Amino acid sequence: MLKTIAAAMLMSAAVLTVAYAQDGGKVTVITSFSKDVTDPFKAGFEAANPSFTLDVQNKSTSAGVKFVDETKANNQVDLFWASAPDAFENLKGRNLLAKFTPSVTGLPEKVGSYPVNDPQGYYFGFAASGYGIMSNDRYLEANNLPQPREWGDLLKAEYHDHIAIAAPSRSGTTHLTIETILQGEGWEKGWATLTGIGGNLQQVTERSFGVPDAVNSGQTGIGIVIDFFAFSAQASGFPVSFSYPSVTTVVPANVGIIANAPNQKGAEAFVNYLLSETGQAVLLEPAIRRLPINPALYAKAPEGFPNPFEDPRFKSMITFDSDISKKRTDVVDALFDQLITFQLDNLRGATKAIHEADKALAANDQADARALIAEARQLLSTMPVTADEAASDETRAAFTGGEQKTARQAELEQKWAAFASEKYAAAKAKAEQALDLID
Amino acid sequence: MAFALTSNPIRRITARPGQVLAVTLIALFLAIFLIIPAGTVIYIAFTEKGTGALTAVNFIDFFNTDLFRRSFFNSVYVSAMSVVWATVIALPLAVLTTRFDFRGSLIIQTLGFVPLIMPPFVGAVAMQLLFGRNGTVNLLLNDWLGIRIPFMEGLNGVIFVQSLHYFPFILINLSTSLRNIDRSMEEAAQNLGSSGLRLFRRIVFPLAMPGYLAGASLVFVKVFDDLATPLLLNVKDMLAPQAYLRVTSVGLTDPMGYVISVILIAVSIFAMWLSALAMRGKDYSTTQRGGGGLARHKLSFGESVIAYGIVGLILLLVLSPHIGLLLLSFATVWSFSPLPDAVTVAHYSRVFGESSIYIKNTLIYASLAGLIDVVVGGAIAYLVLRTKIIGRRWLDWAATSALAIPGVVLGIGYLRTFYGVTLPDGTPLATLWIMVVLALAIRRLPYALRACYAALQQVSESLEEAAENLGATKQRTIRRIVLPLMTGGLLAGFVTSFSTAAVELSATLMLIQSNSDAPLAYGLYVFMQSPAGRGPGAALGVIAVVMVALCTLLSHYVIERRQKALGMAK
Repeated sequence: MLKTIAAAMLMSAAVLTVAYAQDGGKVTVITSFSKDVTDPFKAGFEAANPSFTLDVQNKSTSAGVKFVDETKANNQVDLFWASAPDAFENLKGRNLLAKFTPSVTGLPEKVGSYPVNDPQGYYFGFAASGYGIMSNDRYLEANNLPQPREWGDLLKAEYHDHIAIAAPSRSGTTHLTIETILQGEGWEKGWATLTGIGGNLQQVTERSFGVPDAVNSGQTGIGIVIDFFAFSAQASGFPVSFSYPSVTTVVPANVGIIANAPNQKGAEAFVNYLLSETGQAVLLEPAIRRLPINPALYAKAPEGFPNPFEDPRFKSMITFDSDISKKRTDVVDALFDQLITFQLDNLRGATKAIHEADKALAANDQADARALIAEARQLLSTMPVTADEAASDETRAAFTGGEQKTARQAELEQKWAAFASEKYAAAKAKAEQALDLID
Repeated sequence: MAFALTSNPIRRITARPGQVLAVTLIALFLAIFLIIPAGTVIYIAFTEKGTGALTAVNFIDFFNTDLFRRSFFNSVYVSAMSVVWATVIALPLAVLTTRFDFRGSLIIQTLGFVPLIMPPFVGAVAMQLLFGRNGTVNLLLNDWLGIRIPFMEGLNGVIFVQSLHYFPFILINLSTSLRNIDRSMEEAAQNLGSSGLRLFRRIVFPLAMPGYLAGASLVFVKVFDDLATPLLLNVKDMLAPQAYLRVTSVGLTDPMGYVISVILIAVSIFAMWLSALAMRGKDYSTTQRGGGGLARHKLSFGESVIAYGIVGLILLLVLSPHIGLLLLSFATVWSFSPLPDAVTVAHYSRVFGESSIYIKNTLIYASLAGLIDVVVGGAIAYLVLRTKIIGRRWLDWAATSALAIPGVVLGIGYLRTFYGVTLPDGTPLATLWIMVVLALAIRRLPYALRACYAALQQVSESLEEAAENLGATKQRTIRRIVLPLMTGGLLAGFVTSFSTAAVELSATLMLIQSNSDAPLAYGLYVFMQSPAGRGPGAALGVIAVVMVALCTLLSHYVIERRQKALGMAK
């Protein structure tokens, strides 16, 4: 026993002696991007700037934001590099980012209808991403399903129990998708679409990557994802397809310099490298496949690669109002969680009952039953709060933990959850009643 | 045993300076590395929104919320059922390998331990590929019989995966206990005419109770506090996932996440207290040592076939995630098909260059953490069971509460507590790799503590008294009598702490500050965020499992050899 411990210690001591050699040019970046993305950039950056080494610290976006916030008193991080614009807004709001003017010029101001850079110069878009529907070809074929192309398709009965989405409260990118639908279709109709999709969901994952993972492995057929998850999966050989619905938006993935960066020069060099033509070219590598922000690069892109600067699909995409989005972020996330994520079984049950009643109705149309089904549908999409209430100061204050003593988040959530479970039960009862009438 | 306080007043005043010192040191250790860091995060649970005043209103909110009430009952149900199923899996393995002359019991003990080493993310993916709705098993079943079995769905899915994952806690502790039973007990029962099942039920199993309870209570608490498995199955209405989801969402300042953490801690401690209550007033120690444990029976040919069949089936089931992992690490594309499309070794060559630093770091971190755990856990067990010093139970409860503190809460707590403290050259204390070791040690301390506790409960106090009567000092008695007799349990504790620390991620992710300090689990995480990284991630996972399994095998080998050396005459 003692011998084993001694041996273990000896082994530990032997490997401990390797000390990490630091040179003056270490640039530390916190990122949510995978190794497949960061490795080529690290290699390219160090080749272009031989005096610097890039130290990549991989954290999930939320852990990264928490980390930077908790360590601000003695900051050791130079850059924050991630997809979700809301994380950068969050950092900027806490004064954790530094202003900078990149030396690279001539890049477009907007991609789709979204401004590429922060207007105040705190963070910069380096790649564009659109949201859409990813599907597993083998899965669809085995289940005799056509490839869905529009959000509306996902409400159909045939897709019941075949769809996955990440919880918007967990995934900044999914949050933007939800917000895009709400802005594109309006609050009432948008939520009707979302609860409709919600009723067809197979799972709500807690990580963004959980969705493409489930679609890649064929555990689920259809996923609502950001485009590059699908493109890089295709490049890796997975049998998946992707389509942009007509109501969608393209938003930039960003990089920003942390306030009081220990290596400001290195941080600036990295931002300039990312925006430079050589840096942008890295985005086209098979394992990355993100849309470059520099329009010139699309000449080198592979066949069929979407170009948000020319493709007419992207021109018609909606304008994304980030002020509205910012105001109601927490409320929208909490509503989605309370009405869909945590009520999934109830919502699915009610939706299934409606699908079945619909099917019976198609064979044998009866006015009373039709009215009942319409009522049930209406119940599913009724919201506990209006768009104005959601963005109101009182509601927002419950989520900000601010100075005022307002309603607590837990109280509001319980109210919404009770509201939802009650109407889902009522909707299910009505749909079953309709089915009884028809039979 | 706590009743002994009154019946034996003399011992109460004999708190020796050494014991006081030990209590103080351990209390300091726990305070600095567990209670203060976790406290800086969790105190929010007790404050009122807006004013910051102390309040219990958040707890009232908790019990007024349907979701949380439902989560609470789900968690209790899943934990209890997991204990039942884990017992069903562990009992035959433990009994067959310790009570019978069974070839390959060393291998079985090691393999039976491997499920505990489930690398994050890849383990989940592998499980889904095998048992998921469109996993290998269900695709084949659907082809042949047109049915699907929802292994991985809902609460039953959680119970299924948790029992597979955590039954080794029972296996390892029960096996150690069984080995420690004095053969003369069994022989006495046999002389009196008892045999077979009756012998097992009335004599052997009750004598092994400390080990079983140590394992079962760990399984219960671990399942209660585990968030990875429910989240992998997308079951969110359980307590631990609720706490995690709330604590880690960006920008939210909702106290409910911390309220749930407090409730998790309370329930964990309550469960441990219950298991201690069950043991109270019973003496499980046996005096005679060196007999080498229970007599091993020879199996007839027919019995052998049945026994090997049972063991084989159980092992196939519990190792299936690892078989899936192995397949995944060699797979090119594996999507909606029973087996991968083709195989390749490219993933291994991709991780080969970078994995050495991860392996090195993992070995250092996990072995140091395991060592700290055995020392601290052994000391706490000794203080609780052998002394009457004030505050000893609190040490036990405090150490146990570490089970219930989400890794991310501990990670944030470490940053808050230690980031402000800087070394002379300006680097924050929290960025040193030793902090990762300490965080791991704290997180895994309860495992080692239960093992040490069970081991010491089986050592009769009269042996120590005899030594002291013969003039040995306390220190010498501990060194020459107690420690050698506890070796099996200590090693069991070390192995459990070591191997689970080797694949821990949640606290690590918060604390790792540079790639050169990163352990394997972090390397895995970095790979597992992209489709192309799935294979290399699985390859790293296989490397982690093999590495930890080898270390485990080595320590089992040491135990076996020791037992033989102790004169286990056949």
